[in-house]
Order: sequence, then C-alpha cells, then structure tokens
Amino acid sequence: MKKAKLTKKQRKMRKLQKQAFKGQKLMYRSKFARSLTNGRSNRSLSGSLTLLICLFLLSLVMLFPVIFMVSNAFKPINELFIFPPKLFVIQPTLDNFFDLGELLADSLVPFTRYLFNTLFIVIVGAVGHIVLCSMAAFPLSKFRFPGSKLMSNLVVMSLMFSTAVTAVPNYVIMSYMGLVDTVWSVILPALSMSLGLFLMKNFMEQVPTALIDAASIDGATYFTMLWRIIMPAVKPAWVTLFIVAFQTMWGATGANFIYTENIKPMAAMLNQLSGSGVARTGVVAATSLVMFIVPVVLFIISQSNVLETMATSGIKE
Amino acid sequence: MKVAKAKNPRYITKFQYNVMLAKKYKQLYWMLLPYMLFFTMFTIVPVLVSIFFSFTQFNVLQPPKFIGFENYIRLFLDDPIFLKSVKNTLLLAVIIGPFGYIFSFLMAWLLCELPVKLRTLLTVIFYAPSISGNAYVIFTQLFSGDAYGFINSRLLSMGLITNPILWLRDEKYMMLIVILVSVWMSLGVGFLSFIAGLQGVDRAQYEAAEVDGVKNRWQELWYITLPNMIPQLLFGAVMSVTNSLAVADVTVALNGFPSTNYATHTIINHLNDYGIIRLEMGYACSIAVLLFFLMLTINKAVQRMLEKVGT
Repeated sequence: MKKAKLTKKQRKMRKLQKQAFKGQKLMYRSKFARSLTNGRSNRSLSGSLTLLICLFLLSLVMLFPVIFMVSNAFKPINELFIFPPKLFVIQPTLDNFFDLGELLADSLVPFTRYLFNTLFIVIVGAVGHIVLCSMAAFPLSKFRFPGSKLMSNLVVMSLMFSTAVTAVPNYVIMSYMGLVDTVWSVILPALSMSLGLFLMKNFMEQVPTALIDAASIDGATYFTMLWRIIMPAVKPAWVTLFIVAFQTMWGATGANFIYTENIKPMAAMLNQLSGSGVARTGVVAATSLVMFIVPVVLFIISQSNVLETMATSGIKE
Repeated sequence: MKVAKAKNPRYITKFQYNVMLAKKYKQLYWMLLPYMLFFTMFTIVPVLVSIFFSFTQFNVLQPPKFIGFENYIRLFLDDPIFLKSVKNTLLLAVIIGPFGYIFSFLMAWLLCELPVKLRTLLTVIFYAPSISGNAYVIFTQLFSGDAYGFINSRLLSMGLITNPILWLRDEKYMMLIVILVSVWMSLGVGFLSFIAGLQGVDRAQYEAAEVDGVKNRWQELWYITLPNMIPQLLFGAVMSVTNSLAVADVTVALNGFPSTNYATHTIINHLNDYGIIRLEMGYACSIAVLLFFLMLTINKAVQRMLEKVGT
C-alpha cells in the first residue's frame, strides 16, 4: 500500500538509487573479482566462476587420454597388465624406452637410417614449402595482375576438400613420373599444401605497402623486395608454415608409396613395431609418447608465432 | 591502375591492357611458377584426372576404358555399402562438424580472458590431440573390449556392468566412440584461428558496448565479438567441414577395416578400399568426385549461413 503512495518522481528516484548502489557495489569489487570479470561491470562474478570451472573440468577431460598415454610409457610390465588398470604409474621406469632402444639396435636397417629419412623429408619438405609459399604469396598478396584473383580463389577452394580426395590420381601421377618408392613421393605433394600459401598470403597482406613502394623507388627487383623486406617482416608466418608442414610430414608413413625398407620414414618403422602384438605393449606405449611429444614441444616453442599468424587467417569475402 | 579511356590517346581493349600488365609483372609470374607447378600437379590435375577416370574402368595395368556413367549408377543402385558409408559420413559430419566447431569457439572464447601463461598452457592442452598424427590410438586401450580395458574395468568394479562391453566391435557403441574421439581431436587449426582472432578484437569496442548498455557477456558475444570474427569464423568453418567429412583414419585405428558390419565405414574408407586394395581406380575416382562436390557444396552452404552472423 505504501508503494502506491509514492509519486512518479519518487519512484524514479528510487530506481536510480538502486542502480547507483549496484554500480557502487561493482566498483568496489575485490581485486580477485575484478580480474575474473575482466574489470567489466556488465559481467557477473558467479558467471565467470562457473565458466572457469567448466573450462577446468573440460581441460581435465581433454587431458585424460594424454595422461594415460604418458603414464603408460613409464609403466613397468607388471603395471601395464595389472587389473584393474591404473591411470597413474606407481613405479615409473624407463624400461620401455630401453626396450625400444634395444629393438631399434637389432633392426635390419639401422635406426639412424630411419631417423635420417624422416629428418630429410621433414626438413627438405618444410623448407621447400616455406620457400615456394612465400615466393607465391608475395605476388598474390601485394599486386593485382591478370590471373592473380583466380589463383587466390583456387587456393581457398582447395582448402575446402581434403587430400584424401586426390589420393588415387596422385598415385597414378606419381607412378607415371617414376616417383613411387622414393622419398619424393612424400615430399613433393607437401610442398604445395594450400594451407601454407593461404596463411602466408594473409600474413603478407598486412605488411605495409609503403615498404614495397619505397623499395621499388630504390630500383629493387621483386626478388630482392621479397628476401630483404618481406621475409624478415613475416617471420611468424614462416615459423607457422614450418610447424604445419612438420606436423603433416612427421607422422607420414608413406605407406602407399614407399616399399623399400631403407628409405622408409621413422613413423612407418614405429608403426611396424607397434603392429607386433601384446608382447610389445610397453614398447608401443614408449613409441607413441615419442611420436606425440616431438610436435607438441615444437608447438610450445613456437606458439606465440603461430598465434600471431593465425590472427590473420580469416577468409575475407 | 585502371587506364582511363578518355585520357588515353589510343584506346586499348581490356585484353590488351591485361597483356600490358602481364608484361609489366613478368617477374611476378616467375615467382609464382614453382608453387603453381606443384599445386597444379598435385591438386588441380588430380581433381581433373579423377573426374576423367570416374567415367572409365581403370585398373592401372590396362589403359582406361570409357564406360560413361556406369560407375555412378553402380554406386547408387548396386552398392549398399557405399550408401551406408554416405549415411555414416553425413551422420558424423552433422554431429562432429557443428559440435566441434562450437566447442572450439567456446573454448577459445573462454580462454581468451585468462592470464597469458594459463592461456598458453590450456591452448597447448586443447590443441595437443590434433597436433600429432595418431595420438588417438590411445583410445583403443581406454575402450579395449576385454576386462583390462580402462573403461570396462572401471564399470565392472563399480558394478554397472557384469560383462565387459566390446566398445570397438559392437555396432551399438562404435559410432559413439568415433564421434567422441573426433570431437576430442576437433580443436585444430580453426581453434588457433579463433584464439588469435579473439585477441585481435578491439578492446575499445567492448568498453563502448558497456557504456551503451550491453548487459551481459552473451550479448557482448553476439553483438561485438562474433561480427568482428567473421573472417576467422569462415576459416574455422572450412577447416571443420573438411575435417568432419574426412574422418577415416580414426575409424580404421579404432574399429578396424572394415569395421563390424560397416557400422563406421565412411566414404573415404570406401574410397581407399577400392583405390588401394581392390585397385578399381575408375570406381574409386567416382567416389572421390562425389566426395569432392559434397565437400565444396557443404562448405559453400555453411559460408552463406555464417555471413548472417551478428546481423
């Protein structure tokens, strides 16, 4: 009844008071609350907390198989077959890695040979990929000339289908060119991965054109412009291209192309090891950890560069 | 750049103009040549060759024999396994695609407000599954069909089941697990693109929105964040559509090849079956061509949809 007696003006005042009070409360949030809500008054503390907790739980779920894999690699044989299986290792040992080492030392083709093959594929492939992509990305990103639009569109379009689609004719083409059973069958297709060109091109677009104009007044050729001015400015992009190419080729077994044992990459050999059944469970665990950890470590080292490149990765219409 | 008609004493046609430009930029074509050579050889030509072979009967040894649309007719009328693989692929794509996409966006969105160190750590955790080629093999041990499998042993000791479940061989569960594993791996390049894109959104816009009465984080997401992110959203969509239609290695590693009663047989599994094992290249190419057009169509459709975000 009391409320009804208030005039319109009073009601308005009350509302304003309430709002002001709320605003004050938000202003005097604790440091913790402010950092959680990013200092913004239109966010609730409880909401931030809930989301954080969800994030934490989800990251545990995501991490779970990885933890299992890592601890498996350090489990002694009796723990690998314990019932019920444990998530964490109780007595960590390096036995599995020693076993892996022994197996590798015994193999017909020395392990170093496989390692060399993989390094050769990865380094030649990634460096070639970076060189080709930056050479192609420079004209496409900075100049308009007949055909430039078409080529850019083709590259974006080729992002839209996976390489599995072209696998069959690729084999036929390789065999006509006599590349089957050479390491080039793994390297050459990776050289022209379209994701690399796409990322490089987008990143180069944000290099100021003024730099290029200045250089062209000085009479620089396009090649010198690219190597002297553009390439140093797009370091994050070529680090990213290296990582992407590395990830693709590191796990490549070349299963459909390479038959001769001493030119097979490491991944193929490790696959063969893990195909040998229950007795090798420990070795398999060690192997998968090795295969997993190398690209992850590389990504951790380069992640700030990768993210910088990805900031320009959008598809513009 | 455009040559104005009126000012030019001698009128030149568009073609002549292009030739002029091409001559001016001759050096640029030389720079493009190496990449384009490989791109043509390993991407454009294979697509065209695929289309050509799809109308032939070809087994690599004998020259291809032209048979018209017979491969396509056989695919749709005489190959129930192909139809099943189409069904499986679309089912996987419909679930993994949108779910993985939204999941990676939400994760990126939550991550982007955390302090730098924590953000980096979580980024690595989320991205790790898709970095290394075959980390998913670990799921064969988690979901192993005997009592020693991690999940089975836990369920048994809790008394929820009395017999171990054949997770990877029983048709009832196979699809579910493939979906689970694929979603686990779905935070890939698109996810990184989202994280990077979110950090690039101008802070001043959020502050302006706060003053202008954006009430909560969801409104902020819809009115400020998403419209700023459309290029990244498009890129992420392309990646996620392409990946979700190309599930193949996971099913082979988890369910074997062929999977029980073809329960998780995908189009690419079918393609590899004919292309690599049976060497019916013509038939395999017709599958590839269909998949190619399927991927392009779905990608284009999704792009149309995304352009309407935040408007």
